Amino acid sequence: MTRIPTPVMQATAVPAEAPFDISPGAPTMAAGSLLYLDNVSVSFDGFRAINKLSMIIKPGEMRAIIGPNGAGKTTMMDIITGKTRPDEGDVIYQGKVDLTKHDEAAIANMGIGRKFQKPTVFESHSVYDNLLLALKQDRRVFPMLFRLPSKDEQTRIDELLALTRLGDLRETVAGSLSHGQKQWLEIGMLLAQDPQLLLIDEPAAGMTDAETEETAKLLKDIAQTHSVVVVEHDMDFIRSLGVRVTVLHEGSVLAEGSLDQVSANQRVVEVYLGR
Amino acid sequence: MTTSLSTSRGFLFGAMTGRATVITLGLILGAAVLVPVLNALPDGSPFKVPTYTVSLFGKYLCYALLALAVDLVWGYCGILSLGHGAFFALGGYAMGMYLMRQIGDRGVYGHPVLPDFMVFLNWKELPWYWYGFDNFAFAMLMVALVPGILAFAFGWFAFRSRVTGVYLSIITQAMTYALLLAFFRNDMGFGGNNGLTDFRDLLGFDLRSDGVRRGLFIASALALALGYIACRFVTTSRLGKVLIAVRDAESRSRFMGYRVEHYKVFVFTLSAVLAGIAGALYVPQVGIINPGEFAPINSIEIVIWVALGGRGYLFGAIFGALAVNIAKSYFTVAFPEIWLFFLGALFVLTTLFLPKGCAGLLSILKFPGLGTGMGFARKKEAGND
Ligand SMILES: Nc1ncnc2c1ncn2[C@@H]1O[C@H](COP(=O)(O)OP(=O)(O)OP(=O)(O)O)[C@@H](O)[C@H]1O
Ligand SMILES: [Mg+2]
Repeated sequence: MTRIPTPVMQATAVPAEAPFDISPGAPTMAAGSLLYLDNVSVSFDGFRAINKLSMIIKPGEMRAIIGPNGAGKTTMMDIITGKTRPDEGDVIYQGKVDLTKHDEAAIANMGIGRKFQKPTVFESHSVYDNLLLALKQDRRVFPMLFRLPSKDEQTRIDELLALTRLGDLRETVAGSLSHGQKQWLEIGMLLAQDPQLLLIDEPAAGMTDAETEETAKLLKDIAQTHSVVVVEHDMDFIRSLGVRVTVLHEGSVLAEGSLDQVSANQRVVEVYLGR
Repeated sequence: MTTSLSTSRGFLFGAMTGRATVITLGLILGAAVLVPVLNALPDGSPFKVPTYTVSLFGKYLCYALLALAVDLVWGYCGILSLGHGAFFALGGYAMGMYLMRQIGDRGVYGHPVLPDFMVFLNWKELPWYWYGFDNFAFAMLMVALVPGILAFAFGWFAFRSRVTGVYLSIITQAMTYALLLAFFRNDMGFGGNNGLTDFRDLLGFDLRSDGVRRGLFIASALALALGYIACRFVTTSRLGKVLIAVRDAESRSRFMGYRVEHYKVFVFTLSAVLAGIAGALYVPQVGIINPGEFAPINSIEIVIWVALGGRGYLFGAIFGALAVNIAKSYFTVAFPEIWLFFLGALFVLTTLFLPKGCAGLLSILKFPGLGTGMGFARKKEAGND
């Protein structure tokens, strides 16, 4: 079977929506999209972790990304958030900003929030302070030196504490939270940033089934008002999200469509699901 | 400086240092009053503190301020600077230059303007960078500006290039070593090997008089107290929370939108200014500044004080500097040959058994009894740091 150059569905699967037909380099495609990756490649010591990857995320969309270990899912997020510079290709945000020209802090302040694969919270700060630091605010040095917590901030933090069910743990040092609680705190921190686009890497990793279910619910809620890209290995989780799925393999898009569609895809079965 | 504390009891060491702040400031200010008073007692009084001791402890207060500066960057922002001795020495040199100019024509060669060493080197006129140092206010400005600008420039390049960890420590050592070599050179115009010494007056008062000695002690104590308050303000502010966030998870802070390099440059510069002020107060009390102050080992010693006292506790840094230096004065007289072994052993033992230093030990011992509602055990099990 030959490689599929563009992220269209296999002929057998009939896409629910019209398949994306990304013609590389077409500027019109970026217009109206929230995130537009075009022909992006990056190599580490000669190894192509991302290989001519193209993808479009529409405003308000929730997208699930799956793929075997080492497929390049985390690396893709690294590229979008400015941690890794691609060797070639464009990453266009909101149809106008070339993200490859900005660093992590600038990209975060443009409204792209990220949750890491390994939950990363500020371990020696309380849950409250973790959220306080995450809140959208003027993050320059001197304003931060003199700013006191405002009523609005308190209210917002209380909301987030309720949403992430961490209300009773407000003053607890984040380092002593359970794994699942840290995952939730990190999602709370993401929301505190009030981003337009959330990139969420394996939110259910290390969670119990019940926690996983709760997390799926939470993400669906979040997706009502935000655009979300979520990477996950857990198929039940993906299924419960019920959103469009992109399968990554060896740094490029292998298939895209509903979970049933991609599951029926022969190549996807070969590289991923069938193992 | 306690404004943000009320809403952030979970803040690292928060409640504990609220009390520690009051005690620390009380002790410093108490010493600022008591020691000079005891020194002013008539000779023969059993409570008289000799002037020599006043200056000795004045010197320790300067070290304490220096330790505070190192704790600010290392304890709160994770920047292990092994070059703070350089900022201390630069502040010292700026003060030394003022004191040299104060000598006027009373030098051995009696030159009206040129310090002795310049006459000795056959220099005809004052180098441009010595201009203005006859003015006390200008010299004091330089005490803060020179270390501050060096730290800003150094930090700008290092932190923007994301040099961290051991690499950063190494280049800070290289920086102080490079300055050591530069200041050794006679043609640098800072007295070469011998440095600056034979000072006479400060603001027109005889440097050797008891009154000036007391004044310097009080100034050192006040500088330490103000430095402590400044550090408390910074570390308990929202910016201080960012510093700790950077220390614990640097890249997470970046992805949250914080410009980590700006925060590091800010705190590194502030810290260098504090170190410079410490150096400036140190020099008139010891009577000399020479390139030896740039020796890389000096900067390492400061880190040992902080580690022993308790990294990440401001009062711990002060305590560490005082304790180690008092022990040093005793040991280097009683058992000069074992001092370094003793210090080394102490450092190794603290690192192994007391990773949070004496202050950490204190908080473990005191916390359950204080009933502040912030269980230390809970924090401990967090396994942070
Ligand atoms: N900084 C790096 N240096 C070298 N190789 C890297 C780097 N980052 C990623 N890689 C390699 O790129 C490939 C893709 O890694 P990536 O972490 O993106 O995979 P992933 O799809 O997130 O996998 P997983 O499901 O295990 O999280 C892997 O083979 C990885 O070893
Ligand atoms: Mg990954």
